[in-house]
Amino acid sequence: MKTSNIFSKRNRVLLRELVITDFKLRYQGSVLGYAWSLLKPLFLFAIMYVVFVHFLRFGAGIPHFAAALLLGIIMWTFFIEVVSQGMQSIVGRGDLLRKIKFPKYIIVLSTSISGLINLGLNLLVVAVILIIDGVSLNAAALLFPITLLVLYVFSLSLAFLFSAVYVKYRDLSPIWEIVSQALFYATPIIYPLQMVIERAGEMAAKLIMLNPIAVLTQEARSQLIGSEVAVTASQLSSNIIYLTIPYAIIIGVGILAIWYFRKRSAKFAEEI
Amino acid sequence: MSSVAISVKNVHKSFRLPNEKNNSLKSAIVNFRQHKKGYTEQKVLRGVSFDIQRGDFFGIVGRNGSGKSTLLKIISEIYSPEKGSVTVNGSLTPFIELGVGFNPELTGRENVYMNGALLGFSHTEIDEVYKDIVEFAELEKFMDQKLKNYSSGMQVRLAFSVAIQAKSDILVLDEVLAVGDEAFQRKCDNFFNAIKKDKSKTVVLVTHSMDAVRRFCNKAVLITEGKIVKSGSPDKVASAYSDIFIQEARQQNEKQDSPKNTYNWPISVEEMNIVQNKKPTKTVVFREDFTISIDIKSPQSYNEVICAIDIVDAAGRVILNTSTRELKEKIKLAKGTASVSIDIENIFAEGEYYINYAMKDDFTEEQLFKYPEIYQFNIIGNQVRSKSSLTHPDVTWSVK
Repeated sequence: MKTSNIFSKRNRVLLRELVITDFKLRYQGSVLGYAWSLLKPLFLFAIMYVVFVHFLRFGAGIPHFAAALLLGIIMWTFFIEVVSQGMQSIVGRGDLLRKIKFPKYIIVLSTSISGLINLGLNLLVVAVILIIDGVSLNAAALLFPITLLVLYVFSLSLAFLFSAVYVKYRDLSPIWEIVSQALFYATPIIYPLQMVIERAGEMAAKLIMLNPIAVLTQEARSQLIGSEVAVTASQLSSNIIYLTIPYAIIIGVGILAIWYFRKRSAKFAEEI
Repeated sequence: MSSVAISVKNVHKSFRLPNEKNNSLKSAIVNFRQHKKGYTEQKVLRGVSFDIQRGDFFGIVGRNGSGKSTLLKIISEIYSPEKGSVTVNGSLTPFIELGVGFNPELTGRENVYMNGALLGFSHTEIDEVYKDIVEFAELEKFMDQKLKNYSSGMQVRLAFSVAIQAKSDILVLDEVLAVGDEAFQRKCDNFFNAIKKDKSKTVVLVTHSMDAVRRFCNKAVLITEGKIVKSGSPDKVASAYSDIFIQEARQQNEKQDSPKNTYNWPISVEEMNIVQNKKPTKTVVFREDFTISIDIKSPQSYNEVICAIDIVDAAGRVILNTSTRELKEKIKLAKGTASVSIDIENIFAEGEYYINYAMKDDFTEEQLFKYPEIYQFNIIGNQVRSKSSLTHPDVTWSVK
C-alpha cells in the first residue's frame, strides 16, 4: 500500500473540503448561524460567572478572575469539542469510508480544525475582555501559543484514540460524557486553585495539577493574564519528576493514540 | 509502466459477523467470560487470482453474496485482504456508488466540489470542468439549490457527470449502470463505449447485466461462493452465469407439485408436463421449442370434444390461445385414458407463465373440464431483445 501523507495535494484538498463542509453544515438552518460558536461559551461563561463568582464569591480577591474564568471555559470548550466530535467522526463518516479509499486520519483532523477555528474566534472575545479588564501583557504571553499547541496535540491524541475505540465500542460515548463532566469539576476552571490550597491543603492541589488540562489551563492563565491569577504547577513543587508527569501523560496518550489508530484504521470500513 | 494494471493473487477474505448486536463493552465482557467468540466467521473470498491488463474492460459477475463486491472493495483498497495480495499499477478511482459524500443540505455546486475532492480533484481542476459537468447533467438552473430539493434522477445525473470527469488510469464500477432513465442509460452507454476504445484506461465492472458484459467487456470472470468458476471471454462467462439460474430455477420448479386434483369435472387430468429435449421440465429454455403433454381419463366416450389451452404471462395477459378446432376435424374420445400433446414454437419472452386448460363437448356444449392456471412454468435464458418485447420470433432486418 502506498503511504500517504498530509502534504500530498489530494489529501490537502480533501481536508479542506471536509472542513468547509463541516463549517457549512454545523449551524445549517439556524438564524444566528456561526455566531452560536461564540455565543455558547459566552453564555456558559455568564452562567458560571453569576453562580460562582457573583453569588458564591469564588475568586474573591484575585485580580482579573473573571477573565481567567472566561479563558478557562474557552480552553475547556475547545478540548471537549475536539475530543467529542473527533470521537464520533469516524463512525459519522462511515458512509464515505465504505465507498472510497482515503486516509482515515483526515476525518479526525478535519473535525479538530473546526474546533481550532472556533477557538480562534473565541480568543478574539478573550482579547476584548482582557483589554476592557485592563490586563497588560508581559513577555510570558509569548509562550501562550505553545501552551495552546500542547492543548491541541493532547486533544487531538484523545480524539484519535477515542475515534478508533468508538468504532468497536459505542459505550465510549456515555462513558466519556460522565468522565468529562467529572474532569470539568476536577479542573480549576470555575474555582481558583488558591481556594483548593486554602480549604483542602497543598496535597489536594498537587493532585489536581497532575491532570494535563489543569496544568495547561493554569499555564495559559498565568502567561496571558498574570502569575497572580493562577497558581502553576511549578509554584506548588520544584520536583522535576512531579512537573514532568502531566507532560508524560500527554506524550503517552499521543503514542498510544498513534499506535492504536494505525493498527485499527485498516479495518474501519468493515467494522462500522 | 507494466502492462498489468491490476494483479490479484490468491486473495482470501472473511468477515466476522456478530451473533447479536455486539458493539458494546458489556457483551464483549460477557462473551469473554463465557469463552464465546460472539461472532461467526464467514468466508467471502477463498483464493481469488487474476490479472487485468492495461486497457481491459474487465467484468466481474456473480450472484448476490458471491463475494464480487467484496472483491471490488479489496481492489479499491477499501478493505484489506486477509491473505494474498492486490497490486495496482496506476491511479485508481472506485465508484462503489455514484455521488459519494453527497450531502442533502449542501447545494448542487458545493456537492460537486465535495464529491470531486473525494475523487481526487483539486478545487481548480473542478473549476476547469465545472461548466462541462453542469451542462452534461442538464442542471444549469439548479446548481444553487440544495441537493435535498433535487429529484433522485437529478442527483444521479449530477453524480454521473462528476464521475465521468475522473482522470484515473483505472476505474472501478459497481452496478452504476443500474440506475437512471433511458436517456441516462444512453449517456452511460456512450461513456462506456468511449472508454472501451481508449486503450490507456482500464475498467473493472461488477454487474448483474449480462447484456452489459457482452457489450462492453473484453474479459470477464464469474465468481461463485468466493471462487472464480469461469474466466475468459464475456460470452462464455455470461452464459455460464445464466446457466446457474437455469439450473437453480429447474431445481426449484421440480419441487412444486404437479397436476391439481380435478375431481369435480367429468374428465380428469392425470398428468401434465412440459417436455423439452425429450425431458419433462418446468423450466423451459428460451427460444427452444417445447411440447405440452396432458394425460386425461374419461369415464365415458364422447363423439365430439374440443381441447383448448391458454398460455398466460405473469401479468395475466393471454399470450397464446389455441384449441383443437385448428385441426378442422372432429375429435372422438374413448372411455379410459388418452393423451393430448401440443407442439409449440417457442417465441416467448423470459418469465413466468401459466397454462389454462379446458375441454368441452362440442355437441352438447357441456363443459367437461376447466382449470385455470393448472400448470406453471418458467422460460429462462439469454434474452437479447429488450424486456418490453413480449414475443421473440425470428426477425431478419434488411435496410437498403
